Amino acid sequence: MSGIPHDHYEPKSGAEKWLHSRLPIVGLLYDTLMIPTPKNLNWMWIWGIVLTFTLVLQIATGVVLVMHYTPHVDMAFASIEHIMRDVNGGHMIRYFHMNGASLFFVAVYAHIFRGLYYGSYKAPREVTWIIGMLIYLLMMGTAFMGYVLPWGQMSFHGTAVITGLFGAIPFIGDAVQTWLLGANAVGQPALNRFFSLHYLLPFVIAGLVAVHIWAFHSTGNNNPTGVEVRRTSKEDAQKDTLPFWPYFVIKDLFALAVILVVFMAVVGFMPNYLGHPDNYIPANPLATPAHIVPEWYFLPFYAILRAFTADVWAVQFVQFITFGIVDAKFFGVLAMFGAIVAIALAPWLDTSSVRSGRYRPMFKMWFALLVVDFFVLMWVGAQATTFPYDWISLIAATYWFAYFFVILPLLGVIEKPLPQPATIEEDFNAHYGNPAE
Amino acid sequence: MIRKLTLSVAVALSLSTTGAFASGAEAHVEDFAFPFEGPFGSYDQNQLQRGLKIFTEVCSACHGLEHVRIGTLGDEGGPMLPEDQVLAYAAGIEVFDPALNDGEGDFRPATPADKFPANTGAGAPDLSLMAKARAGFHGPYGLGLNQLFKGMGGAEYIASILHGYEETPACAEGVDMAGSYNVAFPNGGYPDSCKDEHGNHTVPGSWIAMAQPLVGEDVEFDDGHSNELHHEVQDVAAFLMWTAEPKLNARKTAGLKGVIFLTVLSVLLYLTNKRIWAPHKNRGRKED
Repeated sequence: MSGIPHDHYEPKSGAEKWLHSRLPIVGLLYDTLMIPTPKNLNWMWIWGIVLTFTLVLQIATGVVLVMHYTPHVDMAFASIEHIMRDVNGGHMIRYFHMNGASLFFVAVYAHIFRGLYYGSYKAPREVTWIIGMLIYLLMMGTAFMGYVLPWGQMSFHGTAVITGLFGAIPFIGDAVQTWLLGANAVGQPALNRFFSLHYLLPFVIAGLVAVHIWAFHSTGNNNPTGVEVRRTSKEDAQKDTLPFWPYFVIKDLFALAVILVVFMAVVGFMPNYLGHPDNYIPANPLATPAHIVPEWYFLPFYAILRAFTADVWAVQFVQFITFGIVDAKFFGVLAMFGAIVAIALAPWLDTSSVRSGRYRPMFKMWFALLVVDFFVLMWVGAQATTFPYDWISLIAATYWFAYFFVILPLLGVIEKPLPQPATIEEDFNAHYGNPAE
Repeated sequence: MIRKLTLSVAVALSLSTTGAFASGAEAHVEDFAFPFEGPFGSYDQNQLQRGLKIFTEVCSACHGLEHVRIGTLGDEGGPMLPEDQVLAYAAGIEVFDPALNDGEGDFRPATPADKFPANTGAGAPDLSLMAKARAGFHGPYGLGLNQLFKGMGGAEYIASILHGYEETPACAEGVDMAGSYNVAFPNGGYPDSCKDEHGNHTVPGSWIAMAQPLVGEDVEFDDGHSNELHHEVQDVAAFLMWTAEPKLNARKTAGLKGVIFLTVLSVLLYLTNKRIWAPHKNRGRKED
């Protein structure tokens, strides 16, 4: 399966040969587990395992929660309390699931920014990148629909706001919103379909994860140098790589265990820290919460959505040239989705021939600013839309687009990269010494 | 005390800009020290029993606990009433049973398997989850750090509300306001006469519909425990924290076990990792 030359599974006993000639499943597992992996991978290459673990955790806890949950507007809230009070271990399972969503997004953001810094999106890994972005989009949809299920105040009014975004689409917006909700307003049809999709999408994600892994097992992992593994011969490849098992499995499990210490502390000692108190109030269509704030992981893009108000000249200009079809609200929606599409387009927006940010002195600065920008957006997304927050969000949102559509294309032309190591082996030995010496 | 409160509110006001949680910053929530706070904190059984007594004799006149099963009063990690007391407590409550009277429904004495009745007073919110449905602490600057260090503060919020009834401030004299003035209540009515030229509030809190429910010495405890207002509000707030989070003790124990287990696992995996990589990292990490 992998393009990097390495030893393949050889069935030895009669039974192994019998199975292998009928279904080469052991060979598939062997090749997947023993894949040659660049030996210089650093600690930012552990998030894939964390994400895989979290997906399994969410599915496992979710399947149990479904056994006790009732997707009905009059009973959903009480059924969550039933889980919290009457179901054996239900309070732990529910808190694991609730905070598991946050762990999922911590890991996925670290994973995405790792890719952005080390140029993991560049050829030949564009397909891996695009599939990853699809997974991320599905994760956002799944997390949002999961947040609706307890049918608390934030569930209800958050649904109204988010589906309202689709209502901003010109001409067909209202119809789309009605189609999404299954009714004119948030109610039983919406709760039922969100419940159905919240159960379905994680399995779609699991399928895409398999394709994601398949894709980068074909191209081989990227690594901190961005220099490709030598494929000239098996001997050369072995100088650059070590098999995934046991070297990277154990390393990743160690990192996972450390992360789970923090996760366990959050679940055990402060399970509601990342949530919002309003969601412990049953949904009431007649009382809108004073501040409808999405979960923390949506805040950066929520900030971009709100940044472009009708006061911004660019919005007014677009509204003018489109004869008012793209108004401020729709502009904000386009900006929010555009901010995510921008990440997906990174492989074609980045013109630099150097893959890793490690050897790109100017890129490093702009990338660091992008990380800061992300946190500023996350913070400002939870603030009011008054001065100075309106200006902060506008500047931060503008930088997000500037990074992808101006800075990335320009840097490839004007930047003078630093010399890169010839091989991964050279980089590894510079850090850890040559085992042959 | 009041001067100190007012002062700290004034400081908080001057420091905080008008963020998303500004309304919260304008009411004062006292940081009570509850025994269930922190990773090692757990409920004080005696405090929960005192809180139950206050709830039963005062709050339950209007407020309900519709998610709380009466039998859980005897559960481990709760008020842990003895079985006979749980039975007696249940028998003292009338619940509506729709199966009685040939399906027309009728009232009957409750059993431990029944839940507390829903609210009886018009507009009085259910208190089952109140301690989790409110956050006492916010900020600073929308960063949520206060909640990280002080906790979410739902119980503090309840205690502060119950303790927050004060004389109507001078600026509202003669203004017809519905409800009572409360320094800890952020979301009620507020007279324009108490706002400065920028619209900022000059006195903390707002006007709350609930009349002052506790004034001190409202209940008598068998063991002679203090029934001063400052103690009563903490006891009943602790009880409502339990109704909102009845498995808190079990959760923290599980959390601690999990943290210890995973820490040991981390150390073992660290050593394993170091050992299997050692042959490939001959000279150790170079000084660079």
